[in-house]
Amino acid sequence: MPQGERELPRPTPETSHFWEGTRCGELRLQRCDACGTVYFPPRHFCPKCGSTHVSVFRASGRATLHSYVISHLPAPGFEPPYAIAVALLEEGPKMMCNIFDCEQTPEALVLDMPLEVCFETINDEITLPQFRPAREA
Amino acid sequence: MKPNSVAIVGASETTELGKVPTMSQVQLHADAALNAIADAGLELGDIDGIATGGHNAVEIAHYLGIVPEWLDGTSVGGCSFMLLVRHAAAAINEGLCTTVLITHGESGRSGLGRHGSSIFPSLFQQQFERPYGVTRPPTMFTIPVLRYMKQYALTEETLAMVAVVQREWAGLNPRASFRDPITVDDVLNSRMICYPFRLLMCCLVTDGGGALVLTRSDRARDLRRPPVYIRGTGESGETPLISQMDDFTSSAAFRVAGARAFSSAGICHDDVDHLMIYDAFAHLPIYGLEDLGFVGRGEAGPFIAEGHTRPGGSLPLNTNGGGLSYMHSGMYGMYALQEGVRQMRGEAPAQVEDAEISVVHGVGGMFGASGTIVMTNVA
Ligand SMILES: [Zn+2]
Repeated sequence: MPQGERELPRPTPETSHFWEGTRCGELRLQRCDACGTVYFPPRHFCPKCGSTHVSVFRASGRATLHSYVISHLPAPGFEPPYAIAVALLEEGPKMMCNIFDCEQTPEALVLDMPLEVCFETINDEITLPQFRPAREA
Repeated sequence: MKPNSVAIVGASETTELGKVPTMSQVQLHADAALNAIADAGLELGDIDGIATGGHNAVEIAHYLGIVPEWLDGTSVGGCSFMLLVRHAAAAINEGLCTTVLITHGESGRSGLGRHGSSIFPSLFQQQFERPYGVTRPPTMFTIPVLRYMKQYALTEETLAMVAVVQREWAGLNPRASFRDPITVDDVLNSRMICYPFRLLMCCLVTDGGGALVLTRSDRARDLRRPPVYIRGTGESGETPLISQMDDFTSSAAFRVAGARAFSSAGICHDDVDHLMIYDAFAHLPIYGLEDLGFVGRGEAGPFIAEGHTRPGGSLPLNTNGGGLSYMHSGMYGMYALQEGVRQMRGEAPAQVEDAEISVVHGVGGMFGASGTIVMTNVA
């Protein structure tokens, strides 16, 4: 059985720019300067071609609901049932998330529905990127 | 590897499976090991290679009183044992050792002498998955399935049929944990664990173990039991993060391991008499049938629902009842291999008549790694 506190990210040198970004409300990805691949999770080189010439950029925050489950199991910091989802970012990479501002039901959570990034501030150091149904522009 | 150059000459599970409160994890390894060595007609002193997954191989060697000349501790989850069979065959062929003991033991239910995860923790998973409330495997392994269901119009009823059919096999196996027949309604009315997965679509959690003894085929013929030859092998790995699986409807690790096993064995799908696909959850046989190439994309659910894999069907699958009904200690791969050996020896409780080729396919982590073994009783 899960016990204790919700597990929080422990940033590493390769990921610190990502967590600095979420703290100031930005979802940051990396793009390879050599082959153009956009990738996630962060690292100091392109996993497609191995180039170390990579740039950090701010993602649009637009995504679609790629897949999910609704967990009925106990988890520290969560009230079941809650969705564990994967957002497919407009730029290509996939990212695990929870779905905010939405009923946690199969009826409300429709695959491929548009999502937008939002941010869940946990403490001074950690802000998690999350997603919610996209609001009409 | 040269097909059939190495054989399984000893194979056994622990004396008891299910709830074994009298044994800690290392003793489960040893219980299975002693059984397998006796099955081979060998003695501890004949073993010069030790391999295990999810446990320190040195501890297994020391506990058994063996100072080996070859060790392998590959731990990539439940398919580690398929990879270890592959590695052991290579080591024996290379002359690094002559007789390898591969052990598994896991106190999955009683939790005696366990030490954390059987897979190394992932740095990325810590940062990019665990904060989102993933806990045990039902909250992770299941995540790609809604995508598959949408893409191929797989229904919950068809998914439930996987569990129903495997229970039919379990009903033929006196050692299976659950043997009473179930219906699609039973599955769909069982407790919701992680939508769309209900209790009867998820594996058991039990105590147990298993072990294999491998040696060169020319030595195998002088031993006690009929040799089960390793005809082909494959392995691969994709990602420790379920969210980073490239295609949510297909496992790259399955495709690579499976294709390599078939090509190295020199067989085609029609040659396969018996099939094991590691089923921690009901969707795995569906992904496995497609990624191994037995059926086309989107066809595996209907293939199972139509009865092709059930007793008497054209492709007997998970004939021990599988992780869903037979047993599942956590790293189920060893039990799938054991059933492959039983079938090749002609001594399985639900024996497939005249079976000559068995394919045993495993998964490690959440679609993270994979290993495939082609066995045969024909030299
Ligand atoms: Zn690149």
